[in-house]
Amino acid sequence: MSEQEQVRKQRPERRTDESVSPEVDATRGDQIKADLDDLLDEIDEVLEDNAEEFVRNYVQKGGE
Amino acid sequence: MAIEKVLGIETEYGIVGGPDHDPITASSLVVNAFAQPGMSHVNWDFEDEMPGHDARGFPAFTSVAPLIETHLANTVLPNGARFYVDHAHPEYSSPEVRTPLEGVRYDAAGEEVLRRAARAANELGHYPQPIVVYKNNSDGKGNSYGTHENYLVERSVEFADIVRAMVPHLISRQIICGAGKVGAETEAGFALGPTYQIAQRSEFFEEIVGLETTLKRPIVNTRDEPHGDPERFRRLHVIIGDANMSQVATFVKLGSTSLLLAALEDFGTSAFPLPPRQPVRAVRLYGSDVSLRASVEDEEGRSLSAWDYQDALWHLAERYVGETGGSAVAGESEVASILSTWRELLDGVRDERDVVADRIDWVAKLRLIEGYQERHGLRSDDMRLRAIDLQYHDVRPERSLAARCGLRELITPNDIQRSLAEPPRSTRAYFRGRCIAQYPESIAAANWDSVVFDLGADPLQRVPMMDPLRGTAELTEELLDRCTTARQLLDELGS
Repeated sequence: MSEQEQVRKQRPERRTDESVSPEVDATRGDQIKADLDDLLDEIDEVLEDNAEEFVRNYVQKGGE
Repeated sequence: MAIEKVLGIETEYGIVGGPDHDPITASSLVVNAFAQPGMSHVNWDFEDEMPGHDARGFPAFTSVAPLIETHLANTVLPNGARFYVDHAHPEYSSPEVRTPLEGVRYDAAGEEVLRRAARAANELGHYPQPIVVYKNNSDGKGNSYGTHENYLVERSVEFADIVRAMVPHLISRQIICGAGKVGAETEAGFALGPTYQIAQRSEFFEEIVGLETTLKRPIVNTRDEPHGDPERFRRLHVIIGDANMSQVATFVKLGSTSLLLAALEDFGTSAFPLPPRQPVRAVRLYGSDVSLRASVEDEEGRSLSAWDYQDALWHLAERYVGETGGSAVAGESEVASILSTWRELLDGVRDERDVVADRIDWVAKLRLIEGYQERHGLRSDDMRLRAIDLQYHDVRPERSLAARCGLRELITPNDIQRSLAEPPRSTRAYFRGRCIAQYPESIAAANWDSVVFDLGADPLQRVPMMDPLRGTAELTEELLDRCTTARQLLDELGS
């Protein structure tokens, strides 16, 4: 966890519209991995607490 | 020449919470909350967030009951959209627009309408379980609700030709504009046994052609309700498709489909790839295969993957734009952008998924699911993965997982805010929206193809709008600027 927090501190700005650059550099793979780690940290923070109950209670009537 | 591709998207949103967990009540509360004239805090937010608004005095949230009366909440918004309760869902039907990019803009405005409306309903009601709205198309338990696209097509095009030409696109475009889903939920889906599907709705389709939308769903829907002059127009009602969180996916979905319909009008069916022998099997198989390797036989026995079909259709669209300019769909730069973006997504989804994870919903969601599964060592049927799937579509920014994926935006937040109050300038929605904003007390009802005025003593006066390309800003802006009252407007219109 602390490693991931470190990654996040180094990259306070999340991606913007222009985040995809046309040149491929050597660190790109690492960056994509770091982005994903940040994202997974955020999911841990905001995901519904009781996933099972949340999923069970999400019942819709058909529509259209 | 192909006719101009007027289009729009209608979306039924998933909804939970509210009093007694009744989705019909919750939907009504959401729609009514948005229609409340006394929503001063929302008005305040609205003004505050849109410095670019030219303030011609359009009331932000005035809305008027449309012609089709039901006991359920049913309103027309000043941006020309319809916002109402359909079955057990709040539904936003975007105003008619003239280009795919405008379609993205008014679809994004719809998300903002739902976001504000649900927030307002919760502030009015203080429910133990707050109302929450989701822009998705299934509950994971076998219930699906729709996101439908509408395209203006020349009446002279035979319906059978539309079916023949468009089936390949409608079954294969999901590899670019599918919204992704964990697991399966129908017998057809269980039989294929995927842990993840690229589209939410593919397993729900059971027929090639038909009138139904709720049972025996067909790949091509035959509803013939042009909402315009039936001698000149068809409205192709596309019911196969997912609600996209990615604006780029919406753009390519609308753009590719519009270009191919225009190509059908100008080139005929012979320019199109042959449909598969079994389209229903194909759409389900393609939808359940994240490797994109699954293929089916076309009518002559050639084996084609969804990617192969998309590649062939892209080349057709490119040839169409080369020969005609594609002006039936949009201006030069927008058409070029449709083609280049469609191409990038196609190549990326096959060769380098991470590069398109910021534009294709099913790829973005799968990345979350797989990453989370790996991090926590979860089984593929863990409920947390299904929770991620649902929460991807939560429209609240503080909860939405899609909002955290770095999806590229095509429309600025400021433009989205403006599009709640300002109708598109390019279609009859302009006249509808401005009338609703300027003369709310004088409008008895509004509908896709008319506005009905009530001036008190006189009989109701109906202004028909049978051509979606009239009633535009170009044709009516000066008139509407000049007419401060509905009576003056009707006098000038000569009615």
